[in-house]
Amino acid sequence: MEESTTTQPIVIPPHIKGNKGVAVDWSADQKTFKGVPWGKAMMWIFLVSDTFVFSIFLISYMTVRKSTKIPWPNASEVFGLHVGHYNVPLLLIAIMTFILITSSGTMAMAVKFGYEKRRVPCAILIMITAFFGAMFVGMQAFEWTKLIMEGVRPWENPFGAPQFGSIFFMITGFHGTHVSIGVIFLLIMARKVWRGDFDTGKRGYFTSMKSDYEAIEILGLYWHFVDLVWVFIFAFFYLW
Amino acid sequence: MTGDKKQEVHTHKIGVYLWIWGLLFVFSFFSYMVDYINYQGLLRWSLIIFFMLVKAGLIMAIFMHLYWERWAIVNVLLWPMTAIGVFIAIMVSESYYTFFTRMFYFVVGS
Repeated sequence: MEESTTTQPIVIPPHIKGNKGVAVDWSADQKTFKGVPWGKAMMWIFLVSDTFVFSIFLISYMTVRKSTKIPWPNASEVFGLHVGHYNVPLLLIAIMTFILITSSGTMAMAVKFGYEKRRVPCAILIMITAFFGAMFVGMQAFEWTKLIMEGVRPWENPFGAPQFGSIFFMITGFHGTHVSIGVIFLLIMARKVWRGDFDTGKRGYFTSMKSDYEAIEILGLYWHFVDLVWVFIFAFFYLW
Repeated sequence: MTGDKKQEVHTHKIGVYLWIWGLLFVFSFFSYMVDYINYQGLLRWSLIIFFMLVKAGLIMAIFMHLYWERWAIVNVLLWPMTAIGVFIAIMVSESYYTFFTRMFYFVVGS
């Protein structure tokens, strides 16, 4: 009995459902989430902290909007587009929403192909994701240009409450920065996957460590989070 | 049971992602229609919040694989969100106070 315990390999506790699993994980020795790659756990921790940042932005938007005496601009009209003779409300924002959701879908499939170690479809889907992400940022740049031409500034705008500009530029700007950084990392990862770094065990340039297709899932978490944040921005800032 | 340090790798059929993708499209379309049809008041808010939560839930559960994740990590992620709820409640009452003082000093107090 004593010998068998020394020779047996460390067994990962199986995925126990429910609160018992929580207790088992937190009372485990060495590390908490056994079997979860540390990079993935750290990405989740980062995403939680990032959630707080975006929440604070949205909560400050709520506070500003609820406490202003001057009526808030009607987002439906401000972000509307003229198509021919029609005034379509929120058209550009709707297209941006669909583009970001599409990129999230392609990313989810890239993660799937990554875990199946199918290098080529994984790389192609990451490239498509990056393409849609870049398209999103491009449309956001168009939107910013349009509003700046119409006289929207962080301190004033012709539509209503002056705080509208600062909230708009801060929230969409911060989100757009996240998308841009995501596109850069998508391109880097697409190159790695395409070259087969995860199959040959080639060491990374910065970390000089071998990586795995888990890296694709971690990148996927970040990308889905960007989409997730947009869901909340779309609901609260554009539709409300 | 694998003795390797890696967790058992679970991949899903591609149809799962295509379905969720489609559902997200449909719900985004619905929430856009709320604005297009121009519902107002409580109906607008409840519909916007409902579609938002459904979309967020689908993205987190399926796309971010939270449904298949260890319950411990799900708890670590979701419990801190209650702090956001508390903060929202605090700032709602704060904004009422700010609005009141603005009305008082700009209108009454001038």
